[in-house]
Order: sequence, then C-alpha cells, then structure tokens
Amino acid sequence: MRKWTRREFIQVAGGAAGGAALVAGGCFQGSAPRRVLGLDPGTDGDRIVRSFCEICFWKCGIEVHVKGGRATKIAPIEKHPLSNGMLCPRGLGGTGLLYDPDRLKRPLVREGGRGGQRFREASWEEALDRAAEGMERVGKEHGPEAMGLFHHGTGEGFFKRLLGAYGSPNAAAPSYAQCRGPRDEAWVLTYGHPVGSPEPVDMARADCIVLIGCHLGENMHNTAVQEFADAVARGATVITVDPRFSIAAGKSRHWLPIRPGTDLALLLAWIHVIIEEDLYDREFVEKDAAGLDKLREAVKDRTPVWAYPITGIRPDRIAAAAREMAQSRPRSLVHPGRHVTWYGDDTQRLRAIAILNALLGNYGRRGGLFVPSKPEIASPAWPEIGEHGPSVSAGYPLAGEGVTTAIVDATLTGKPYPIKGWFVYGTNLPLSFPNAKRLAGAIQKLELLVAVDTMPMEITGWADVVLPECTYLERFDDLYACAWKEPFVALRQPAVEPLGDSRPGWWIARKLARRLGLGRYLPIDDIQAYLRQRAELSGLDFEELAREGFQKVKGPPAFVEDGLLPVFDTPSGKVELWSGTLEAAGLDPVPVYTPHPQPAPGMLRLLFGRVPVHTFGRTTNSPVLSEIVGENQVWVHVSVARRLGLERGHMVRIVGEDGKRSTPVKLRATEAIRADCCYLPHGFGHSDPRLRRAHGRGASDSDLITRFEVDPLMGGTGMNVNFVSIEPAEA
Amino acid sequence: MRYAMVIDTVRCVGCNACVVACKTENATPEGYTRDWLRIVVRGEFPELRRDIFSERCNHCANPPSVHNCPTGASQIIEGGLVVVDRSKCTGCKACIASCPYNARYVHPDGHVDKCTFCAHRVRRGLLPACVDACPARAMSFGDIHDDGSEVARLVRSRKIHVNNPASGCEPQVYYLM
Amino acid sequence: MEETLVQRSNQGIDPEFFVWGWDVAGYLFLGGLVAGLLILTGLWMRRAGARSAMPASIRWGTVAAPLMLGAGMLLLFLDLDLKVHVLRFYTAFHPTSPMSWGSWILVLVFPLMAVLALVLAPDRIRALLLGCRALGRLATLGERWWGRIATIAIVAGAGLGIYTGILLGASVARPLWSSAALGPLFLASGTSGAAALLALVERDGAVRSWLARADIWALAAEILLIGAFLVGHATSTRCHIEAIGMLLGGPFTGAFWGLVVVGGVGVPILLEWLELRGRVIATAAVPLLVLAGGIALRYVILAAGQASGVGGDAPLNTFF
Repeated sequence: MRKWTRREFIQVAGGAAGGAALVAGGCFQGSAPRRVLGLDPGTDGDRIVRSFCEICFWKCGIEVHVKGGRATKIAPIEKHPLSNGMLCPRGLGGTGLLYDPDRLKRPLVREGGRGGQRFREASWEEALDRAAEGMERVGKEHGPEAMGLFHHGTGEGFFKRLLGAYGSPNAAAPSYAQCRGPRDEAWVLTYGHPVGSPEPVDMARADCIVLIGCHLGENMHNTAVQEFADAVARGATVITVDPRFSIAAGKSRHWLPIRPGTDLALLLAWIHVIIEEDLYDREFVEKDAAGLDKLREAVKDRTPVWAYPITGIRPDRIAAAAREMAQSRPRSLVHPGRHVTWYGDDTQRLRAIAILNALLGNYGRRGGLFVPSKPEIASPAWPEIGEHGPSVSAGYPLAGEGVTTAIVDATLTGKPYPIKGWFVYGTNLPLSFPNAKRLAGAIQKLELLVAVDTMPMEITGWADVVLPECTYLERFDDLYACAWKEPFVALRQPAVEPLGDSRPGWWIARKLARRLGLGRYLPIDDIQAYLRQRAELSGLDFEELAREGFQKVKGPPAFVEDGLLPVFDTPSGKVELWSGTLEAAGLDPVPVYTPHPQPAPGMLRLLFGRVPVHTFGRTTNSPVLSEIVGENQVWVHVSVARRLGLERGHMVRIVGEDGKRSTPVKLRATEAIRADCCYLPHGFGHSDPRLRRAHGRGASDSDLITRFEVDPLMGGTGMNVNFVSIEPAEA
Repeated sequence: MRYAMVIDTVRCVGCNACVVACKTENATPEGYTRDWLRIVVRGEFPELRRDIFSERCNHCANPPSVHNCPTGASQIIEGGLVVVDRSKCTGCKACIASCPYNARYVHPDGHVDKCTFCAHRVRRGLLPACVDACPARAMSFGDIHDDGSEVARLVRSRKIHVNNPASGCEPQVYYLM
Repeated sequence: MEETLVQRSNQGIDPEFFVWGWDVAGYLFLGGLVAGLLILTGLWMRRAGARSAMPASIRWGTVAAPLMLGAGMLLLFLDLDLKVHVLRFYTAFHPTSPMSWGSWILVLVFPLMAVLALVLAPDRIRALLLGCRALGRLATLGERWWGRIATIAIVAGAGLGIYTGILLGASVARPLWSSAALGPLFLASGTSGAAALLALVERDGAVRSWLARADIWALAAEILLIGAFLVGHATSTRCHIEAIGMLLGGPFTGAFWGLVVVGGVGVPILLEWLELRGRVIATAAVPLLVLAGGIALRYVILAAGQASGVGGDAPLNTFF
C-alpha cells in the first residue's frame, strides 16, 4: 500500500475532524435553558378578565385569558372560595361553548308548522316585536297567568321579574320538579329551609361520608370534588349506595350495590339501628329535635333483616354501615344528592336522609351540614310587583317553588286553568322532561313559545321565536350572592364581544319589558351602571369586584363551632323527625317504604347520570369537550351481554316499554353494574341536526323515559321507573 | 435536577380536568390530546376495584425516542424534560415507533407533538397546566432529585407504580397507589 | 375480569397504531434489493477481474441500483410529515439513532454506486457518462481500485441490508421487531431478490445458473433466519410471545405464511432447484414470486410490528 500524500492526509484528517465536530454537535445535550421551537404555545392572554362560570350551576370563579380579542383559555381564580385555584373540566373547556360554530347567532322566526323546524333569520326588532305581541295577545285573551316561564341559569332573574311584572305567577325551574325539588322540600319539612346550592356539606372535615344517590367524581361539582378527594385522601370512611360501581363506589370502604327502588328501606333500617342501638346524638336530638318517640315507633320493625330481601344487602353490612356512620358523628354526613326525582316518593326518601343527618347531630357542625347565609345585595328602588292570583302549582301546597310539571299539565288539560304561552330561558325542556311525546303534545297546544338560548337546543326547534343569548363569556349578568362557608358576591363580566348578533339576557328582558309597557319594572339601560349602583348600595367595592371577580362578605357564622346558633323555621321550632305538616296533609309523617315495580325478567331498569366532562346536553356539542367524550355507552352487566350474544363495543339499540327505540349506542359490557339495570349517561343522542357534533351520537335517555311517577307532595317527576331491553343495532 | 410528576390515584376521580387544561393551555389540535385517562376495573361483581391513571409522556430518564431521533429534534433539555424542536423535526416518526407509551402523535402541521411537562410554564416557576388545574389535588410536580421536594417525599412515602417498568425507559411519572 | 378504558384517539395511534405504511415498506424492499445488488456485484467483480468478464445483467444492475435507491429514498421522503425539514437529516449525525446512520449510509452509498456505474455500466451508457472529464477520472480511479471497490461494495451492501433491521429493532416499543435475526433476514431477502431480478434479465445461461444457485443460498439463509426469528420470539418474554403470535395464528398468519414463506421462499426455492436439475424451464415465475415475497415480507413485518404494542387492552375510545 503506497504512502499517503500530505494532501490526502489533510483531506482525510480534515474530513474526520469535521465529522467529529458534526457528531459532537449532534450529540451535545446541554442543560442550560435552551431555545426550542414550539415549546411555548403562547396561550397566555395579554388581558385577563375575572368572572364566574356558567357551564353548570356551581358558578366557580374563572380567569379568562384574552389575546388579541380572542379568549384563548380559562383558568381558575386562585383565592375564590369555590374554585380555590382549581376548575373542573367543563369550566376549563368553556371556550368550546364560546366558539362553537353551531351557536345561535341571529334571532329566528318560525315558518311553517310548529316542530317542522323551519326558521328564517330575523332582525332583533322583528323578533322582539313578535315575542312581545304574542305575549300581549295571550295576556289579553287568556289573562297574564296563561303565560308560563321555564327558567334556569344566572340570567333567569331578569326574566322572572319580567314575567312577574307582566302578571304571571307561573314561573318554574325544571331543576326543582325534575331534579332537586324533593330534597329541598324534605329539608324544609325537617329543618325549615331548603338544602340550597351549592350543597352545604362540609366534606372537607367529615370523617364519614354517606353517598346514596350521589356519584361524586362523575358528578364534577368543583368544590364538592375537591373536598371529597381531600376526605378520601385523609382516610375518611366513604359509604356509597349505588347499583353501579361508580367512581365514588371505587373509593368507598363500603359499597352497597342496592337493588334500585329500595333505598328508602335501607335508610329506614339505618335509622332503626341508630335509634335502637342508642347511637344517635342524644344531646342534639333531645334539645333541638322533636318526634323521636314517634320516629322510633314508626321504624321499630324496620330492621336490617327486614331490609335484606328488599334491598339485597346483607343485614350485617347494613348494620355495620349504620354503626360506622354513627361512630364518626358529628363529623358524619349523608349527602342529600342531586337529581333525586326517582320513583315518585322521593320527598319521603329525602326526608329519611334529612332525619338520618339529624340523628347524627351534624347540623351546623364541622364535618356535617353547615348553615351558610346568602349575602344581601341591595337593589335600587324599583317599582314593586303586585300580588298575583294562584299559580297552577297551587295544586302542590307543599311545593316551595313553581312546579314545571303543573305548568305542562295545565297546558295539556286546561286544569286548574289553561296555560297558553311558554317563555323558556336557558333550559332544554325536551331533555329535562320525561315523556317527550306528552311534552310535544303540550307544546302543540300553545299559542306562543318563545325560547332564549345560546345553542340550537331541541326546545328552540319548537319555538315560534328564538332569541339568541350570548354566552357567559360575552355578557354581564346580575350580581351573584353565594351562600358558602365564606359568603361572597361575584360579578360576571364579558371577556370578549358577543359573537354574531347574540345579545345578553338582561338586554333581551329590557327590550321585551319596554315593548310590553313594563319598562319601569326593568329600568336598566346601562348594565354596568346598574351593577355598580347595586354594589355601592350594598357596601361593596365595585372596582374590587371588577378586578378580582368576587368579594367576600362578612356574614354570620355557618358552624356551631364558630358561634352559629341554629334556628329551625318549622312549626315546632325544632328539627321535625316526625312531621305534623305532612300528617295534616294526609301524607306519611315519617317515611314509609312502599315497594316499587321491578323489571320483568329480561328487562332492565334504565338509570342515568353524569359524565364529568359534560353538563348533560348543554356541552355535548362543545368542540373541546366532545373531543374527549363524544358519545355515551350503555352499561350492562357482562351476564346480560352474554345472554344477548353481544360483546363490548357492539352497537345496540335500547328499546323502551312503549316501543321507543334509541339511536345506536355502544355497549359497555362490564362487571361494574347490577344485572337488573342498565346505565346511560344523560345528554347525548341529541336529535336536533343543528347540533352537528352531537347529533345522533350515542343514545338519549330522555327519549326512553316515557313513563314517570309524580310525587304528590311537590310535583316532582320520578324518572327511574322505565324498563328497557337491549337489542343489537342492525348494521 | 430531574423533573417528575407524581399522581395520587386515590385522590384522582378521573374527571379529565387535566386533559382539558392541557388542551386549552397548549392549544393542541382538534382530535389530538397530549394526555388522557386509562381506567382499569378488575374483579367480578360485587368484588371490584378501579384504578384511574392520568397518563401522558413520561419524560423518561432513558428515552428511546430521543436516542432514535435522527435529527436531534427529540432532545432532552433542563431537568430531563424530553421535548421536540419543531424546527428540526422531519416527521419521520422514528420516535413515535420507539415510544412504549404511545405518548406521541403527528401534529397536523407535520411535526411530532407530545406533552412537554409545560416546559414553558415550568421555566417561569409555574406548574404544568394539568397539575395546576386538578380539582382533586391529585397531581404534584417537581425535582425528584431534591430530597426535600414534594415529589421526592411522596415517592418515598407510598407504594408507587410506574407504567410498564420493564420498558427500561425509566419513566418519570409516578402513580401513588 | 379486567376492563380497561383508554380515553385517547390520536390519529395514527388509536384505535390501532399505524404510522409506517407502504412508503416505508417500499423503501425497505428497494433498499434490500440494492443491498443485494451491491453484494452480487462485488462478488462478481472479485470473480471476473475485469469488465469484459462481468455479466450483462450485473452491468445493467449498476445503472438500475442508483435509480432504485433513489426511488426508495423518494418513498422515504414521501413518508416524512414535515418534508421541508428533510435536510435536517444531514446537518447532524446521531450515533444512537439507526435512522441517522441510515440516512448517512444512504448518501455515502451513492458515490460508491456512481463509481460502480462508471466502471461497469453497459458500454453505450458508459460512453454517455464518460463524456464528462471529472467522471472520466473517477472511472479510471475505479478501475485502478477494482479489488478494493469490490470489497467495499460487498461490505456496503451488507450494511445497507442489515441496518434496516437494526433500525426497526431499535424500537423497544414494538416487540416483534426486537430480534437480532431481522437485519440478516432483510439482507438475505434483498440478496435473493437481487439475484432473482438479475436472473430475469440475464441471457447467459451459465450466469443464470450461478444466479439461481446464489438465489437458492439466499433463500435457504432466509428460511433459517425466519426460523431463528420465530423461535427467538416464541422463547422470549410474554410480550414477544404475544407479538410473534401475530404470525402464528394471529391476524397476519395468512399473509406471512402464504405470501412470504410459501410464495416468496418455499415455492421459489423448489422451482429453482428443479430448474438447476433441468426438470423445469426457467421462467419469470421464480423471480416474480421472490420479489413479491420480498415486498410482502417487508409489509407484514412492518404492519405486524406496529400492531404488536407493549401491552394494554384494546382501547374503547369513549369513556362512559
């Protein structure tokens, strides 16, 4: 081999050195903060607007990041008493609602028959004129009481006042008779006041938490989950009663997979054990409660052994749970739950829960049910609204709020007097109400249906006039006074300009009021001036409100340990374990268990609930949230699936007793549910094609809820009474 | 310094706040997510157990995705953070094929994308968006080499699990069981 | 019972992992062919000693090889999702990354193939190429270094053929690919494909039977390596056993045994042996079967490998 020339040597050596440099440069992994393209998504706003959320009723404090006129993201307010620096997925995804391309952007006026879903866009002038004219006509021909208002959400206040000024006593929230009503009346009968929202349970300091009809974790109410997680981490005992192995059940020391329909039997057995074994809070009960002896007598035979064949839960487990919850008292609570409208005797079931809490002596105590007070916000001197005649809800004398069920009945039957027009604000009745066909029948009898909404929800498809409200991120609403451990007042203010031609609710109410000659009852032309005035009248600092989003208000103590002196606004002035009011009304003064129909072999009871990523139908179209959960699945036990020859992931249809067939939905064959029921998260299977993301995805439980049981006490509609079967969906 | 995440599966309720927080903070493209939940239910009715894992890129201490990257786009920066430099990524997907956790995906813009432990926030002294948002306070983040840090204390104090330890990648997301 | 829900649906990852498809399989195939061509060219150069003794098919092969490798690299380029950054492969070298090795090897192989073409191309084409003076000097250099270039061609071919297997094997996340037999298997397959391709165009009977014998050796090596591949996995850990299950009863069984083993190796080796015995006339059947088997091998390994994740249930991509 010949020797290398100098040139060749330099070439090769230089090449090798260059190569080595390349290698070194490529391999070098430094540790100083290096500039890396793409690391910073740049979503921080150049402006942050503090407000509060409206994706559910909890109303957590939010910080909206706005960059170049666009809301980029939502973060929690650090010191807000509900947020505590954290937010739930729905609130975090609020920009999805804001920028949902399917949002209502312009007023709509119906063309063709009602329900034909043919609309034309109209100007606000025309739409408001039509709505007002319609209301005037109804008032003139049938009296103002013939207008009913269905309402939900922070903006409802102005519409309640509008309809009140108009002369109608018939305003009702579906969240009462279709959701929380039974527990509120049960609490009124027992303690003298409704439960309230947010639910005043001090889980943060509870040593025992009983969940019967509450699926925390899937129920994503922010502060409740924060406290629940804290309690679980602390080692608190959780007792969950649920036919399904819910998230909460998975974190429970005791999971009682109860036969659906029998919860009241379990509760009575617990009350029996706690009284008979002398485990109740003697001091509290003797001093502040009335009717213990009558209660003891009423539950004397309601033993765990009696409850066993009814509930399917072994007597020793029933007794153990009762002892455990009593052992931890007073830091022991039974959560009142939400959406308690199950079988038609729900107020009585919630009475049992209220009684149980009383026996645990947790009223006003740390780790129990605290007693928050709502800050008073002064109002400017506006004209008083006069007294009205009786509402259609008068048929439920024990109902403390308007009863939607009664309004629908009056529309259909004309009894006690006909309702001829509906004004619907912020609630999607076809998904809230049972028996969609019956509801549609009522709607067809109306002379006027006006709907105010942000999205083209199903109810807007029925309306004569659709008025598009802008989202909570684009508007001011009235000041919000919150009863919580630390009471506060919050301000909602817009982060961005309203999209399209949508307008805030207060503006819509004001315009309608003026057209109806009721302008003086809603004299708001400058919402900011109005809010500032209210703040100042109440001794609040409006600048601080605008800057921080909320302001804490000093209030009376919420806990006995802090000086609370409980008062009970009941006829006896005490906690009524035995209710004279109920007896006088011809109802059971102490809850009595009545068996409810069980499904025939091969049928499954339809149960429904939440997913943490959604607020039911409100968010299932959201671009952000539907990405994570775009459709629901129907849970059945693996044995049921096997019997039907089906497997996980199969598309099936759920068939109701009245022949209603659901849209195709995925089957989840799981061990995590009893074999006599099926579970379907609520809010999916939207039928309105204008909700393009959600339309037809998954199945709608509301469509399958064709039967319901009315609670005679307050008009609640028990919906867990539908039995279904499952069949494979044809290809 | 090595950044790690510790997630308490007892506290975690599987709500997806971490997923939505990441999506809005990092403006991830529609249809793609940098973090997700894995929920495992074991047993037979009624003896059941559920475990919930909030998962994302584990920022492994021995990352095959970095070793296999031909351009140096996949790299390790301060604190052991594994990131992708968009100016260097060719979209060859060698890293995607290398990741045992399926944590990466191809962004519609063509480059590879994944969780960055919100490096842009960490550099400013903030927590990753998912950790910050979690309403169950289930998530912690910090320097696991610092014995006094919360993450270091947590992994010492409880039974921990990492995903697929046999991968040999030394993942830095620890689950408290 | 264990029920797992994974709530993620990133395209390409969920519900099934699949990011490397036909373009990558096509490159693996073409790269393997070129590797085989380089080896066979090198072997013939050592055997022949001079251009005049080189077979015509090999000489045509030196022209086809850079075109095929160019086509393969084009396929790789098409697979890139951010093509504008392609030059980044060549602004750094990462010794831990087989793909970095590969991108440099691919580029360094081209000068070798240029020299081979300049030295060995069919006369008409050589005339065209040598019109340029620089190329002429390169050709002269090549002829002077005949022996060394032959060796380099064999080594480069082996490297080119084997590294793709190493690249796949570097993905610890895809257990099907983690086998030491994969690289040599790809090389054997590429060599047999090259031999088959050359046999298709070779008119000289003696050369054809040499190629047939070379093909038989390569196919025999393939059978052994497939066996080693299967046994190695089947006797390894649970995830390897599950991975090889894809080919032993799983979704890729038919394609693997039918197209690759029987169609791409078994039948050709039998036919070629019969051809050598004079029992059967040589036709295009064998080369076509071998080539088809080669592309099938690449695709099946690529697809089955991506389907063999490191565990986790089949995800249901909705949550509730």
